[in-house]
Amino acid sequence: MKHSSRRKFLTAAGGIAAAALAPAATAQMTRTPLNNMPEVISKLVGSKTISKGKVKLGVPPLVENGFLVPLTVSVDSPMTEADHVKAIHVFTERNPLPEMVTFRLGPRAGRASVATRVRMADTQNVTAIAEMSDGSFWSDTVFLIVTLAACLEELPT
Amino acid sequence: MTNVRIDLPKAAKRGEVIEIKTLVAHSMETGFRRTYLGVPIPRDIITTFVCAYNGVEVFRAELHPSIAANPYIQFTTVATENGTLEFKWSGDNGFTATETARIAVT
Repeated sequence: MKHSSRRKFLTAAGGIAAAALAPAATAQMTRTPLNNMPEVISKLVGSKTISKGKVKLGVPPLVENGFLVPLTVSVDSPMTEADHVKAIHVFTERNPLPEMVTFRLGPRAGRASVATRVRMADTQNVTAIAEMSDGSFWSDTVFLIVTLAACLEELPT
Repeated sequence: MTNVRIDLPKAAKRGEVIEIKTLVAHSMETGFRRTYLGVPIPRDIITTFVCAYNGVEVFRAELHPSIAANPYIQFTTVATENGTLEFKWSGDNGFTATETARIAVT
């Protein structure tokens, strides 16, 4: 009986904690960009619009060590000569520089799925933009929390 | 001699999509850090990675200071024919590293 009440309490407490966290996790968080990410992105896409979808950006939601953050990007594309992903760009808004990495692929990639490891200077949004062979742009944005930031001492605040 | 690690299948069926994992030893100094005396540490990073399949470029990555030390890159390619894959990294201060791997395609 004692055990079951303790268990009940823990479940209830966990539920409350999860409920408190849920809106934070689902709503798109915004923080003031520290670098010129919007400019760099608009320079890349020009007059085209960026649509949401097709791109899946995989980063852990909570990062303990900003010096080594695993990052994966996959794009929903048949990767044929006529319809393929030309490039995948990854941007951040609060690292000293907005550009993270650019992958250039083609139909010979077979599948639009890449992975690397990046540095995160702060809790922030990460955006992956896929450039398709028909000239369209698709994106995905993930908000991630960083507890130990990379290059903390250099942050311009 | 730069320490390079490559992982890809030795053999594959024609038309199969193979996954390639690469790792290269490099500090990827961002150029934003300072020493304790306040002297800026100059940037020293790998800027480009290229993979060529029998001499034809199939994948390229442009790296920036946001990439973690010892850059790890994972990507895919279609096994089209027997041959050699050449991996080349190049960067600041004339850094280059090259590695080749053979693949048998049936």
